[in-house]
Amino acid sequence: MGRMKFLCDAERCIECNGCVTACKNEHEVPWGVNRRRVVTMNDGVPGERSISVACMHCSDAPCMAVCPTDCFYKTEDGVVLHDKDKCIGCGYCFFACPFGAPQFPNGPAAFGARGKMDKCTFCAGGPEETGSAAEYEKYGSNRLAQGKLPLCAEMCSTKALIAGDADVVANIFRERVLRRGGGAEVWGWDAAYGGGERKQERKQERKREGQS
Amino acid sequence: MSTRILNPRALAVLAVTALLGLSACSEVPQVTVYEQGQYRGKTDTRPWEGGEFKGDRAAWEKALKERARGQNEYNRIQ
Repeated sequence: MGRMKFLCDAERCIECNGCVTACKNEHEVPWGVNRRRVVTMNDGVPGERSISVACMHCSDAPCMAVCPTDCFYKTEDGVVLHDKDKCIGCGYCFFACPFGAPQFPNGPAAFGARGKMDKCTFCAGGPEETGSAAEYEKYGSNRLAQGKLPLCAEMCSTKALIAGDADVVANIFRERVLRRGGGAEVWGWDAAYGGGERKQERKQERKREGQS
Repeated sequence: MSTRILNPRALAVLAVTALLGLSACSEVPQVTVYEQGQYRGKTDTRPWEGGEFKGDRAAWEKALKERARGQNEYNRIQ
């Protein structure tokens, strides 16, 4: 097994926020914390793009590097997790993370009043007994131990968000991009679900007809 | 012409002041040496160890890979 990764296809994400809701519900995430968020660029303009963002489980995670209590660890599958019992709520990881993944239940409060840091666990629980009530209460459900993938990706209706072993995820996306065909002029449904190659064929046919 | 000699007490105060003042000019190495931290929290079990797979790593990997491949809808329609 290689490394667990998320990949969000901006061509397919329709900003339904289903992933956000699924995550919230599955882990009973504390009020004020969103382990996953959907970011939209050029909202309302034709060609707008949305992307679902959570912890990217970095190979060289900055949150791990800055933690003064060394409460972060990386599993064999490349999932970045942390021990909430060791967290002192200093907020260093919050400032270090470029994706805004670590969040605090009490928001931007003073040091010591923020509460324990909470972040996406790739549905892998935390350093408590697998499937125990303590694990669920602190980190949420452990779907990975059940042989399942993160719920946000599994329930994504357009399959914009895919998760799993980096090799498998990359292969799925590669095939998708190849089927899209076309180029920059293809967007919307054609770009997301293919059909670009048919458009190209039609274009070439028209060209040929024009020449003859 | 008369020469005025400072009294020894004032001379001592002057010397100490000069010494303290000049001590600020000394150079102390200020480069921090970063050390790689070691995880200090509780140990975690691996996903295939607890729960339904009971240590069968191969079965866990197979289940997860199948699940990941299922995300490719082109596989489903062929």
